Amino acid sequence: MADATTTEVKPAPPAIEKIKVKVDGREVEVPKLTPDWQGKLAPTTMLQACDIAKKDVPHYCYHPKLPVAGNCRMCLVEFGTPALGPDRKPVMNPDGTPKIAKSPRPAIGCATPISPGMEIYTSTPGVKQMREGVLESLLINHPLDCPICDQAGECKLQEYSVDYGQSASRFVEAKVHKPKAVDLGPRIMLDAERCILCTRCIRFTKDVAGDDALGIVNRGSYNTIATFPGLPFDNNYTLNTVDICPVGALTSKDFRFQMRVWFLKETKSVCTSCATGCNVLISSREEKIYRYTPRDNDAVNGPWMCDAGRLNYKWIQREDRLKDVLVGQASSLPVSKSGQAGSLPHYKSSWTAALSEIAEKLKQAPAGSVAIVVSACQTNEELWLISKLKAKLGAISDSVERTGDADKLLVSADKNPNTNGARLTGICFSEMGINLPKIADGIASGKIKSLIVFGEDVTKHGISAELLGKLDTLIVSDILPNATTAAAHYVLPGCAHAEKRGSFTNTKGRVQKFMQAVQPPGDARAEWDFLHDLVYNVTGKNGFLTIEGLFNEMAKDVPAFNGLTWASLSDTGVTVKI
Amino acid sequence: MIVKRKPLNLFERLYLPAIIGGFKVTLRHFFKKKVTMQYPEEKWVVPDGYRGAPYLVKDQEGNTKCVSCQLCEFVCPPKAIKIIPPGPVVSNADRPNAEKMPKEFEINMLRCIFCGFCQEVCPEEAIFLQKDYSLTGTSRAEMIYNKEKLLALGGVHAGVQKWKHKAEEAKEQETFPVKV
Repeated sequence: MADATTTEVKPAPPAIEKIKVKVDGREVEVPKLTPDWQGKLAPTTMLQACDIAKKDVPHYCYHPKLPVAGNCRMCLVEFGTPALGPDRKPVMNPDGTPKIAKSPRPAIGCATPISPGMEIYTSTPGVKQMREGVLESLLINHPLDCPICDQAGECKLQEYSVDYGQSASRFVEAKVHKPKAVDLGPRIMLDAERCILCTRCIRFTKDVAGDDALGIVNRGSYNTIATFPGLPFDNNYTLNTVDICPVGALTSKDFRFQMRVWFLKETKSVCTSCATGCNVLISSREEKIYRYTPRDNDAVNGPWMCDAGRLNYKWIQREDRLKDVLVGQASSLPVSKSGQAGSLPHYKSSWTAALSEIAEKLKQAPAGSVAIVVSACQTNEELWLISKLKAKLGAISDSVERTGDADKLLVSADKNPNTNGARLTGICFSEMGINLPKIADGIASGKIKSLIVFGEDVTKHGISAELLGKLDTLIVSDILPNATTAAAHYVLPGCAHAEKRGSFTNTKGRVQKFMQAVQPPGDARAEWDFLHDLVYNVTGKNGFLTIEGLFNEMAKDVPAFNGLTWASLSDTGVTVKI
Repeated sequence: MIVKRKPLNLFERLYLPAIIGGFKVTLRHFFKKKVTMQYPEEKWVVPDGYRGAPYLVKDQEGNTKCVSCQLCEFVCPPKAIKIIPPGPVVSNADRPNAEKMPKEFEINMLRCIFCGFCQEVCPEEAIFLQKDYSLTGTSRAEMIYNKEKLLALGGVHAGVQKWKHKAEEAKEQETFPVKV
């Protein structure tokens, strides 16, 4: 796992010898060794060879990033190897091709290594019968409750039953009933009846997450996944077991009975809970976000992500989101919000009016009288636009550091998703936050008259509400209301990452783009979108109206991003030198 | 295009024969059995297989059959059905052994085209097109039928009761050895 998650550019792997095998009569060249679940080289298996030959072999227990167990028997295939004569030389057919000695028994594709000249048969009548048999056996005690099962629609048992199973059940006896809705841990619910005992979850939590919490108890058809009595299944990676569960046995309590999966629109995005930047899919329907699921990216997170990041999406659709452009004045007319201590009464304004007023004020501001505090939660493009503003105004700028606990697997100690973006665009120094006291002093001494804040509550970072009161102009863009937005002269409602497009640079320097899943609420606008207007108004320079154009322009301007284009980022990103 | 009118002949110009012919038809129908119905005092007998409004039904024990699988919502061509699933905690279940039940079930009868796909797709036999053909309301909101209304209108339908049998089977197996 440690190897799989690194984003460093590794030296080219040594050339691996290739061998030729035949899959269903078609010859393919496959490497003799393939990285196994830990990234170590291991003999290539028949299943991997079939994958290279683009022949689907159904499987339940095999997972490319887990140790091989070989217990589901779904990937049984027939095969043959070149026959050897008594002289240990290959026997030839009359036409000069090597004679193939077909194995009398089938073998599981996931655990049988290939050998030169091997022939694999994945669609013989025998293989079809074996698949039917395995499915029939799995379905003996499996409840037919697909209508209420959350996995329906993304269930391997459903899919393989349609593709390879029999149309009717021959089983007339009463099914074995096992516990349903078992509370395994704070985030996981188990339905033991649906479990097909592939042990993916057991292997994941033992070998990948390093918490040997799950096991199989009871005998025969009463086999059940269980935790040690009284010990909940609770680590930061439990929800990955829900993803890898091929059936609906393990379900997420957060997503349980919330929405059927076929309604969900999946948007490629990046998790913002820490600087690792795990690739995620945001599942949404009708502008509501239902869940995050990890998206495969071997350079960042593999197929996993942590529970904390996965469940950190509810704030995006909180009721108290900032939805209107607000202008605060000491003597304003209609008051829209009840003010608290240190806050200004705000009234609604419009984007055009507010942005042109801000631009006027910033244009008149003498050099050195403006300070900028930008969160490292903003995208590369936004940070770069702000750096343009900073250069024009001769402003002092900084970001706010956020740290927390790290772990060996994915979680980074840095909780800002774009710390490196803030550094590379020159918003902050490599040591983040050293300018904040200077900004506070500047405001106290009256040198700094205007403060621009993006996505931070500066009252918690050394610039108190009293200091904010001294400012002539306080421009704040944020997503949720806080003490800083309450004191602001201009409140510009921004967007969460799920509501805009952009890119982040993760802790290892991987630049990854993310797409828009849902529409922002009310008048909220993506920061890069209104920053573009603002920067144009202040500097008079124009040139980018789309996120693609903006990114490409930034890539030309920022040395670290040179040579990148929005399109070249692809879905999994590009690593840059940091 | 100009259509040439044929001049009327003498018989036609006499006028009366045509009038008498007309009255003959009227008189014939006057003494025949009436086909007009005195709606709404008199109601039409709806034939079997008629596709009227879709309602949710209960089983003979008065329990909701719908398990909120949302297949009808998916299949509904005019998108008239909206189901809100229960979420992780099923608190409003009205039958034992209920894992899932809709929190809210709405059919917009203004959108419904009475195609019967919902009935066809339902794996639980919980929704049926019934014989109601005259749906009226004084506002749009009134025409969106909620779960309570749909269940009240739907009545009882004793069909497959697979969840009941499952519960019984599971209960039997609580004692060991298993009886089959």
